[in-house]
Amino acid sequence: MDTTLKISKIKDGTVIDHVPGGMAFKVLSILRVDDLNENSISIGVRVPSEQMGQKDVIKVENRYLERVEVDKISFVAPEATISIVKNYNISEKYKVRLPEKIIGFIRCINPNCISNAREPVNSEFKLISRMPISIRCEYCERSMSEREILQNL
Amino acid sequence: MLKGNSVVSISDIGKDEMLELFKLADSYSRSVEQGQRIDSLHGSIMATFFYEPSTRTRLSFESAMHRLGGSVISVSEAKSSSVAKGETLADTVRMAASYSDIIVIRHPMDGAAKLARKFSSKPIINAGDGSGQHPTQTLLDLYTIRKELSDIDGKEITMLGDLRYGRTVHSLLLALSEFDVKINLVSPPLLRVPQHILDQVQSMVKIRVTENLNDVISDSDVLYVTRIQKERFTDETEYNSVIGSYIVNSDIVSTMKKNSIVMHPLPRVNEISPEVDADPRAAYFRQAANGIPVRMALLSMILGGK
Ligand SMILES: [Zn+2]
Repeated sequence: MDTTLKISKIKDGTVIDHVPGGMAFKVLSILRVDDLNENSISIGVRVPSEQMGQKDVIKVENRYLERVEVDKISFVAPEATISIVKNYNISEKYKVRLPEKIIGFIRCINPNCISNAREPVNSEFKLISRMPISIRCEYCERSMSEREILQNL
Repeated sequence: MLKGNSVVSISDIGKDEMLELFKLADSYSRSVEQGQRIDSLHGSIMATFFYEPSTRTRLSFESAMHRLGGSVISVSEAKSSSVAKGETLADTVRMAASYSDIIVIRHPMDGAAKLARKFSSKPIINAGDGSGQHPTQTLLDLYTIRKELSDIDGKEITMLGDLRYGRTVHSLLLALSEFDVKINLVSPPLLRVPQHILDQVQSMVKIRVTENLNDVISDSDVLYVTRIQKERFTDETEYNSVIGSYIVNSDIVSTMKKNSIVMHPLPRVNEISPEVDADPRAAYFRQAANGIPVRMALLSMILGGK
């Protein structure tokens, strides 16, 4: 049985698939659902998946992702695939990929880090490990674990 | 390359350049002893911004610049001036770069020197930021070992005390891992070197971790002592129970090799008994004095004077 049929097809928009079970809401907060206005969203939470056991699927109509949104999603759902749908057909499909350099969207966990001070700079991290996910602050050199990253996204 | 570049962390200086810097420091050290006037940085201006007090480090930098014939402008209490008015470090540094040739900065926040480098058109020297790097202290530590023992390679170095929070220890440990040395890390379990620092050096040098100084003292060429602060312990009984075994006195020094040395980044409180001062192995005052020629050599190599 094709489990994705449980969620209605969309005409134009974006499908975010292979999100770890239960993480859909984290993805929605990255997409700032309240700002989506008219776009209708379908969410499948904990749908059975051959690869993942359980997964979440999100479909957003008439909405396409920006680079920074895809980068953020890669931390919440490193295995996610993004499909761009045009007129009921998938026009583009790709896997998210953790960026090597992470600029601006994660707060350094070190309260004494200069990037957390009132200075005209973005936070800056380097990816040091994909499995498990770990990043290092370019300013204070403190590393952050996956759990710490999710709390500061 | 040092010329025209910032020194934010000790890794900004390659090993070859470090050895070149030590030779230059040797020659400056002789010139100063002989009362020779050096004028190689005449016309250059060094600005110092100390956002937290460290009189020793600031005076050492300023003295080094004066010894080279350069000029110094300094904001000793940066806190009370621009910061109080709400100016960002970025703006302060941008402005300072327009009226000086090199900027020395000390700041309580981690990574402040890196931020300063980003906004400065002139080289930055990190004189200590937060609990992070303090590269000129590391340079003078390495220089002292080389000067006192004629070489760094082949030596056994024991670090004692607070190895967890001490910024000089981490920076020195990373720098030593570039050399062919054996390192002993002696501390109470609570104050061991953090694992992420051990991970960086363990593959490069032989390291022994112990709580007991007696295990390693007689084989050590260098005993590097740091202060254990009472505040690191949750209760005073625990502090009192361990502190005694980490105080270096004459009895301990008498078990050391004849031509070994005792170092300390200073200021010390009670971790080295004053009775040790008279022992020829007590190198900590000579170590502090080395700060001048080392900083002279660094300023000179960055600003390109000879
Ligand atoms: Zn940081």
